[in-house]
Amino acid sequence: MKLHELTINKANELLKKKEIKSEELTSALFNRIDSFDGKIKAYVTLDKDRALEAARLADKKADFTQPLTGIPMAVKDNICTKDLKTTCCSKMLENFVPPYDATVISKLKDTNAVILGKTNMDEFAMGSSTESSFFQVTKNPWNLECVPGGSSGGSAAAVAADESLYALGSDTGGSIRQPAAYCGVVGLKPTYGRVSRFGVAALASTMDAIGPITKDVTDCAIVLSAIAGIDSFDPTSSDIPLSDYLKCLHDELNGIKIGIPKEFLDNDVIDKDVKDAFLNAAKIYENLGCICEEISLANAEYALWAYHITVAAESSSELGQYDGIRYGHRATKYEDLKDLYKKSRGEGFGTEVKRRIILGTYLSDAQNYDKYYLKAQKIRTLIKKDFENAFNKYDLLITPTVPTTAFKIGEKIDDPLKMYMNDLYTTPVNLAGLPAISIPCGFSDGLPIGLQIIGKAFDEASILRAAYAFEQNTNYHEKRIKWEEGFSDEL
Amino acid sequence: MNYETIIGLEVHVELLTKTKIFCGCSTEFGKEPNSHCCPICLGMPGALPLMNRSVVEYAAKAGLALNCDIAELSRFDRKNYFYPDLPKAYQISQYYIPLARNGYIEIEPNGQKKRIGIRIMHMEEDAGKLIHEEGSAYSLVDLDRAGVPLVEIVSEPDMRSAEEAWLYLNNLKTILSYIEVSDCKMEEGSLRCDINISLRPEGSKEFGTKVEIKNLGSFRAVRRAIEYEEKRQKEILESGGSITQETRRWDEAQGFTTFMRGKVENRYSPEPNMAPIIIKDDWKEEIRSKIPELPNARKARFMQEYSLPEYDASVITASKILADFYEECVKYYHDPKVVSNWVMVELMSILNETGQGIKNLKFTPKQLSDMLVMIDKGTISGKIAKDVFRDMFETGKSPEDIVKEKGLIQISDEAELESIAQKVIDNNPKSVQDYKNGKKKALGFLVGQIMKETKGKANPQMVNTILIRLLD
Ligand SMILES: [Zn+2]
Repeated sequence: MKLHELTINKANELLKKKEIKSEELTSALFNRIDSFDGKIKAYVTLDKDRALEAARLADKKADFTQPLTGIPMAVKDNICTKDLKTTCCSKMLENFVPPYDATVISKLKDTNAVILGKTNMDEFAMGSSTESSFFQVTKNPWNLECVPGGSSGGSAAAVAADESLYALGSDTGGSIRQPAAYCGVVGLKPTYGRVSRFGVAALASTMDAIGPITKDVTDCAIVLSAIAGIDSFDPTSSDIPLSDYLKCLHDELNGIKIGIPKEFLDNDVIDKDVKDAFLNAAKIYENLGCICEEISLANAEYALWAYHITVAAESSSELGQYDGIRYGHRATKYEDLKDLYKKSRGEGFGTEVKRRIILGTYLSDAQNYDKYYLKAQKIRTLIKKDFENAFNKYDLLITPTVPTTAFKIGEKIDDPLKMYMNDLYTTPVNLAGLPAISIPCGFSDGLPIGLQIIGKAFDEASILRAAYAFEQNTNYHEKRIKWEEGFSDEL
Repeated sequence: MNYETIIGLEVHVELLTKTKIFCGCSTEFGKEPNSHCCPICLGMPGALPLMNRSVVEYAAKAGLALNCDIAELSRFDRKNYFYPDLPKAYQISQYYIPLARNGYIEIEPNGQKKRIGIRIMHMEEDAGKLIHEEGSAYSLVDLDRAGVPLVEIVSEPDMRSAEEAWLYLNNLKTILSYIEVSDCKMEEGSLRCDINISLRPEGSKEFGTKVEIKNLGSFRAVRRAIEYEEKRQKEILESGGSITQETRRWDEAQGFTTFMRGKVENRYSPEPNMAPIIIKDDWKEEIRSKIPELPNARKARFMQEYSLPEYDASVITASKILADFYEECVKYYHDPKVVSNWVMVELMSILNETGQGIKNLKFTPKQLSDMLVMIDKGTISGKIAKDVFRDMFETGKSPEDIVKEKGLIQISDEAELESIAQKVIDNNPKSVQDYKNGKKKALGFLVGQIMKETKGKANPQMVNTILIRLLD
């Protein structure tokens, strides 16, 4: 096995046994990036010198009891990294260098993690294809004509293309799970409040979640253990104790009750292959001794709209701080203060961001606030209730992660409504603040299909266990990408 | 037609906490601009507000002192607007569920007690400051003040004159300074006041259209602006015009208000990053127990307990430090009125003269009382005492030491005084003659001469007796 193909778990074993060095591993990853990322375009910033320095430090300390020590990783570009550009892939923050680390980054740095660089994303995480990035379009490693999904498309593509052992993403309506599904990797959106949001540029503060994108479920458990927990800098972080996410990884699922929301299968947006792969996954669970039953999430059909109203309204407030006054893009020619705001923001933000800010500002003004935002919050309460009822009877819910596989680059960028349908199965989870994972569960025309497993709040352990059991009994996660011509697979 | 003036005040008060409301930055001023800033108060990506618990305590204390109901649960919201002094493009404030409601302040216009209602009092963060440099085409932004905790106190439209508004502000300031949550210095910006004012025909029950006045720099400006605006609105109404709802700016130099902007709708949204503020009864009572006796109650007690005239009691209780000082003095001296005279005359005038605050007084209340005892014992004269007092103020030395060092002990030796008196009589035959001719005033002159001779140390009662005996 080549070094860049290693999982965290395996690399950690080798580091412990002194069979490899972190520096060697890190160099191998940069070589991989050098030869592949020109095509994939997963990274927007690389931090080679400091990464190698961190790797050498890890080698010098030679203490690999913490599994992330010396492991190279990638960070979505909306997560602040001290002294390293954090752009949210927007012209607005093209040259922004934060003077502080997000809490998740401090935690990783404490374990001596090696940060390779920052990954591409939809501008300010607004999108499902990573096409709205100011810098570049990331390609799906399984098919370069397709999108990697989004908004954490760079992170998912980097992991899928073995350009990083793992990556961090953020998920407000599916932005970790959907790209993980499209790229055939594992992506976990933790419970709201499980992982600190401090230092992560907000999209919608009531729904944003930070989580891992990894090659397998074990790695996912490892990263979650390292980044989760209460944080005095995030008042919404929870003090509910963490489980031992590694200990819960076994394939004993006998008697686990799984609900399957029927609304997610009986609709006209789902691909046949996706539905088949999903039904096959359900069968696998039944074979493992689970009881799978159809249930109804009656209000889920309103979720997408409640979600978009909530995100638009909240993000129009969150994005006000990008005004070109203290940092970020500032217009050079302007008449007066009002013009300075108009031009700086007009030039700094891309189309989708402007679309949502305008919509959000309209939805949350004094006349419309009750009509739209408050109504959306009421729907949100109903959806939460639906989930609560379901979890009174079931331990887990499973759904396809996305109704389709990855679509072609350019196919939906001018049709926001079609684009939004990508998030049909993921947004209800964010509205309810629940944890959910996406794991590979099949292929269609060479493109991966994702299975979403949703759990009770703060019960990431059950999700990870079910995901692990699935992985142990299938081999979708082991299927390698067949690189097309022009790619060198040799180092 | 006669009109009735309806006034409501919106007062913003800075709380004296050591750190800002949502971050650990110092609230201190006077350093280099932007020296107390961090990612949180600068509105940088991903920064989240962290509630400063003392702000809740200070605000709840203010609410209780203003007789408000404290909400067991209150929340924070965002007021969204763009301005360079507002880093996040929203101010975190309490709009939907404020901390306190339904309070009042008592005032006494024309000796009649009157309650001015307080509709709500809520917590919020201050904005930064723009600095316009003379002649430059740009403004500079100082964000040291951004995130300093404020309470906004919104009165009911219960005031009917500039005088009532002035009394309300004064009492508000006294109460908040008393409970030590704010220093309420309007000139320094730690208390800011906007006026809502409307007129209605006398006897009418409905309110007229109100106008908001901003940019008031002092209590005096508030009074002047109200008086001006009463006149302006009256003239409009009397000439058949109508008032437009708008915000006007007070121009202190010119003494009038000018149009600033029309009615604006603010965009509020819930602050999603903060848990609600929960104040259970036990915490509330703990906060209440920290509220000292408030000025009105203390004034009444001073009148009763120390038999002070109302004037003395109100002057002394207007400042908590002064009243505390006074009470400490009274512990060591038997006559409260004498202490009151010294505090109100000598102490107040030397403070005014030097511009020094009573906070930094060098001598203790007990030392002042000791000095009063020395007068009673005849160790020093009342006149000398004034010099001793000045010395205490300047050096902080005890009156005993000052008297000893400067040799100010009163001369009460009969023989010594008699010989000095004889000398003065011999040197002033004309005055002696005048006295004998019935001009009693001449006696005063002779006493003065003896005092001059003894540098004021002669015991005045003894000098009087001796002189009269010698002259007769
Ligand atoms: Zn700060």
